Amino acid sequence: MALTNQIIQDRLTQKFGDQVTNFQEPYGMLTFSAPKEDNLKVLQFLFDDEQLGFQFLTDLQAVHYPDSKGAELAVVYHLHNLKENVRIRFKVYTDINTPDVFSATALFQAANFMERETYDFYGVNFVGHPNLIRILNVDEMDYFPMRKEFPLEDQTRIDKDDEMFGR
Amino acid sequence: MSEHIVLPEGSIEKQTTTLNLGPTHPATHGVFQNILELDGERIMEATSTVGYIHRAFEKIAERRPLYQITPLTDRLNYCSSPINNMGWHLTCEKLLGVSIPKRVDYLRIIIMELARISDHLICNSIVGVDSGAYSGFLYLMQYRELIYEIYEEVCGSRLTTNIGRIGGFERNFTNTAFEKLEKFLEEYPKQLKEFENLFTRNRIFMDRTIGCGPITAERAMNYGFTGPNLRAAGVDYDVRVHTPYSSYEDLDFKIPVGKTGDCYDRYLVRNEEMWESLSIIRQAWQKVQEFKGTEAEVFHADAPAYYLPEKKDVYTKMEALIYHFKIVMGETDIPAGEVYSSVEGANGELGFYLISDGGRTPYRLHFRRPCFIYYQAYPELIKGGMLSDAVITMSSLNLIAGELDA
Repeated sequence: MALTNQIIQDRLTQKFGDQVTNFQEPYGMLTFSAPKEDNLKVLQFLFDDEQLGFQFLTDLQAVHYPDSKGAELAVVYHLHNLKENVRIRFKVYTDINTPDVFSATALFQAANFMERETYDFYGVNFVGHPNLIRILNVDEMDYFPMRKEFPLEDQTRIDKDDEMFGR
Repeated sequence: MSEHIVLPEGSIEKQTTTLNLGPTHPATHGVFQNILELDGERIMEATSTVGYIHRAFEKIAERRPLYQITPLTDRLNYCSSPINNMGWHLTCEKLLGVSIPKRVDYLRIIIMELARISDHLICNSIVGVDSGAYSGFLYLMQYRELIYEIYEEVCGSRLTTNIGRIGGFERNFTNTAFEKLEKFLEEYPKQLKEFENLFTRNRIFMDRTIGCGPITAERAMNYGFTGPNLRAAGVDYDVRVHTPYSSYEDLDFKIPVGKTGDCYDRYLVRNEEMWESLSIIRQAWQKVQEFKGTEAEVFHADAPAYYLPEKKDVYTKMEALIYHFKIVMGETDIPAGEVYSSVEGANGELGFYLISDGGRTPYRLHFRRPCFIYYQAYPELIKGGMLSDAVITMSSLNLIAGELDA
């Protein structure tokens, strides 16, 4: 039987109860979130379960939402079941002051660079990562440049002040 | 004043040699650094450092309207920029819900497959160069030139193409473009055949590449390999078949797979893919020719809010003028939503994860760059092998620095 989003959702709620929340289907891809303490449990379950079998980590990145207090950083996993050809998106939210999330490197080798990149740009501290150092930016950098508090252009510039369009 | 370089304790007595392969080294074809620990010529340990040409595209993209992000995608895998461009357009179209006419789909397929050929021919002939056979490179390189001429005819540029627009192409393909395409379809197979004669059953080339840098299917999947490198390990995963985009489902083609995942299998898979791409182009070209009358003139979708109107309409029609102004000034708000869309890039699954909060620019844009993800397997692939094997393993993985660092 083909694996549908409904089956995945049922299996997850059966296993984790109300820990997995916020089920959505933007553009057909099942999206849900779980508490950050449980991220490895959920990933492991998705990996091991015979019916689900999400054994391919397509992508991992973070998003910064400065306005949602207590859950400023979202770590987003894109997982793929290659046999059934189903993709899902799994999110965990974390406080920006204690951005500790368990590392998925034990489960997916692919997560190594992806988590380093996420750390580099957003400062998510992946607990258990074998080598969590900056990857694309210089080692001396002491901030996390993709966070929203760093605007792209220097805001003190006056030569680009445009009253008509507010930029 | 810089500090004196202090040799680590015992560095003179130690039996192994530390060698910097890169960042700028003729054998790396890009800016990568690998610090190798060598015992004689055998690699004991390898550490890779990336990020030498990091350009913060994801950050830049957060301030740009959609159509201004296309030139950024050019610079990811610059050996096949049209695929990146199309991938980005398809992502935007998915978010905006624009439906694309069939003719545009087929034209896109032609361009994408040409890009795939140009990428694979570079990769394979560079494997030849790195293993000491230069002539194959010259045979194929002139056809990359012809492919670039076709791009030039379609969009005006060659390497960083910025080809197409959201919704289609900026102009219809000229007859010259089609003539060049036909010339390519006629001449390239002969040259590719000759290239294969030089390499595929060449004893020296086989001895050089078989068993060099192998990876099993399980490891490759765990490492997040996609594209030819994954297929060489024996997994038949191809985005064009698994999640067809741009009407690939209408066409008939095979996915070549390898077995051992070594340099030779990667070479074979890429070569076979070039043949498949040629067949795809022929089918798509056939389908393009079947359009008659006004349908044969269609080269973009009807998406006035995102597709830049023709210049003569801007001067004569009010509506076109307004849209032109809004698009150029970047005043068009994009719908809120989050979308992941991927295409089969020349190196693997090139994904775009776009989150929009309803503003004029993406709230967050992430590029899933296949190179970046499979490069982490490189130390494992070369460990225990010879230094010269490390060089051809690197070229047969087709590492492109632009894609690695984004």
